Amino acid sequence: MSEPMIRFENVTKRFGSFIAVDNVSLEVEAGEFFTLLGPSGCGKTTLLRMLAGLETPSEGRILIDGVDVTGVAPNKRPINMVFQSYAVFPHLNVADNVAYGLKIDRVPAQERATRVQDALRLVKLEDFAHRMPDQLSGGQRQRVALARALVKRPKVLLLDEPLSALDAKLRDAMRAELAAIQQEVGVTFVMVTHDQDEALAMASRCALMNRGTLQQVATPSDLYEYPANRFVADFIGTINLLEGTLSTDEPDHAAVQAEGLDAPIFVNHGVTGAPDSRVWVGIRPEKLAMVPATQPRPEGPAALPPANVTQGTIIRSAYLGSVTLYDVETQGGATFKVARPNGERMADPALPAGESVYLSWEPTAPVVLLT
Amino acid sequence: MSKKSEIGPLDYARRLPLQLWVGVVLAFMYLPLISLVAFSFNDSRRTIHWEGFTTDWFVKLAGDDSLIEAFVNSLTIALIATIFSVVLGTLTAIVLWRFRFPGRGLFDGVITLPIVVPEICMGVAMLVFFGSVFPWPRDLPWPFDLGAIIISHITFCFPFVCVVVRARLASFNREMEEAARDLGASEVRALWDVLLPHVRPALISGALLAFTMSLDDFVITFFTAGPNTVTFPVKIYSMVRFSVTPEVNAASSVLMLITVLLTVIGIRLQGKDVASLEG
Repeated sequence: MSEPMIRFENVTKRFGSFIAVDNVSLEVEAGEFFTLLGPSGCGKTTLLRMLAGLETPSEGRILIDGVDVTGVAPNKRPINMVFQSYAVFPHLNVADNVAYGLKIDRVPAQERATRVQDALRLVKLEDFAHRMPDQLSGGQRQRVALARALVKRPKVLLLDEPLSALDAKLRDAMRAELAAIQQEVGVTFVMVTHDQDEALAMASRCALMNRGTLQQVATPSDLYEYPANRFVADFIGTINLLEGTLSTDEPDHAAVQAEGLDAPIFVNHGVTGAPDSRVWVGIRPEKLAMVPATQPRPEGPAALPPANVTQGTIIRSAYLGSVTLYDVETQGGATFKVARPNGERMADPALPAGESVYLSWEPTAPVVLLT
Repeated sequence: MSKKSEIGPLDYARRLPLQLWVGVVLAFMYLPLISLVAFSFNDSRRTIHWEGFTTDWFVKLAGDDSLIEAFVNSLTIALIATIFSVVLGTLTAIVLWRFRFPGRGLFDGVITLPIVVPEICMGVAMLVFFGSVFPWPRDLPWPFDLGAIIISHITFCFPFVCVVVRARLASFNREMEEAARDLGASEVRALWDVLLPHVRPALISGALLAFTMSLDDFVITFFTAGPNTVTFPVKIYSMVRFSVTPEVNAASSVLMLITVLLTVIGIRLQGKDVASLEG
């Protein structure tokens, strides 16, 4: 395998006694759209700023394309950044903003003009070259910042919460456009975001951080379907987390006796946990099937028939258009969030609160978490 | 509906007592200045009776060599003091805004001392300083003989520039500077390309403040000026010691006109700058 584009080696960053980034090692391949995701204060922005050279690591090394850049000044790195506030220079017009970095590099005027033109065309701002930033909308200003960074042909483009200042509709459009631009220029993108939808929708791979440490680095679908721990499971999307005891653990199946459930939870994969240890079971709301209790009780897996079925009462429901979300409480006191897709128009009227229901799930649905 | 509409609760300008009050305040503020300007056009040696319009006094001023010399001195001092004050004040403001260092709080407090210390004390201090601590050589060629005055003017002008620039720096987005660095600018280049345009309105108003304060300073200058280094305000004072003549009125009117003009230009420039920067 070739050298990764970016490599963090045991990077730690302290601000006084506060540890913002704690011993992070991470590799990003060339051409990836990599996102750093996490709640605010988790250290993702600090990690990005260290990559840009705006902060210096307290410990560890950072390599870009095989070159150690740990102590290199930001203006000497093959990296450019789109800032959260866009930081478009207010006293320069759009073309001059984009040309700024090229002027500093003493790119000849002729080549500079062509490259600025190309960059503006890439972000669809060719008609705005002579506008001042105060005559632009937020979305257009962001395009200027993007063009200004890309025109320097960096090896890596950094984006710090690029979409957070845009309104919802524009955000969706920009999301698709950013992904398209990345495809077109082929530059490695590293984006920081606290918005998981954004991270999942755009990223080729995603690093989830919490309290300065990496929780999991994976593709968006792996992050959702195979979370490494409870924090990841809980942060990405909605999940029903049940605490329980590992009662059976074989190579091809396992069973967990969860609190609040009368029947065990059966999964069709082995868990490498100690017998009788505390574990957590996560089940996504859309992977639960729900039928009124007036119908026959669903059958569980053949290997352990009573498992993966429970009875409960609907406490409340929320109609969200594409799905309806139900809160269901079991007789043992556990609560489940259940998502039912509204697949046919008005075909399936909402079940009323107070209705007694059966919940069931496939052996593939639950994920067992050891931490 | 010919009747005037009722006076609303916020229509202060339509209430008689308030209108009178505004009139009185304006009269107190501007009558002395108006009479000064008016009598500089009075065709009479005595200043109390209006005898007719004339511009003779201004013509006479233009022919008075010692007055012209004082005027040129004043402009020179103001110009040099302003340049130094703007550079020094801006650098000080940037240092105080940007860096943390031991004694920063103390420095921050001391910087405004020349603003709050009574002018007479500053004057005496300058007299003592240039008299015994650091005697300014006497017979230097022009404009170096003005050095003592220029230095003392810089002392009380640059804190004003510093205060104005610091206020402006507070609204600076650090990401702008980081963006410039990220795009390849060195630290100095980033300050020059991004920070300087941002503080430009403050530089203009700071410079005008310094210039007008230097131009019309009397007290401190009086203590530092020698017989060959007379400034315009000091010259007017020496003219008044004999009698208040129409020449004095005319000279004062000229000084007033210059400061008012500069202030108007300053406000105009600043308004344009701020508008173009902030939209």
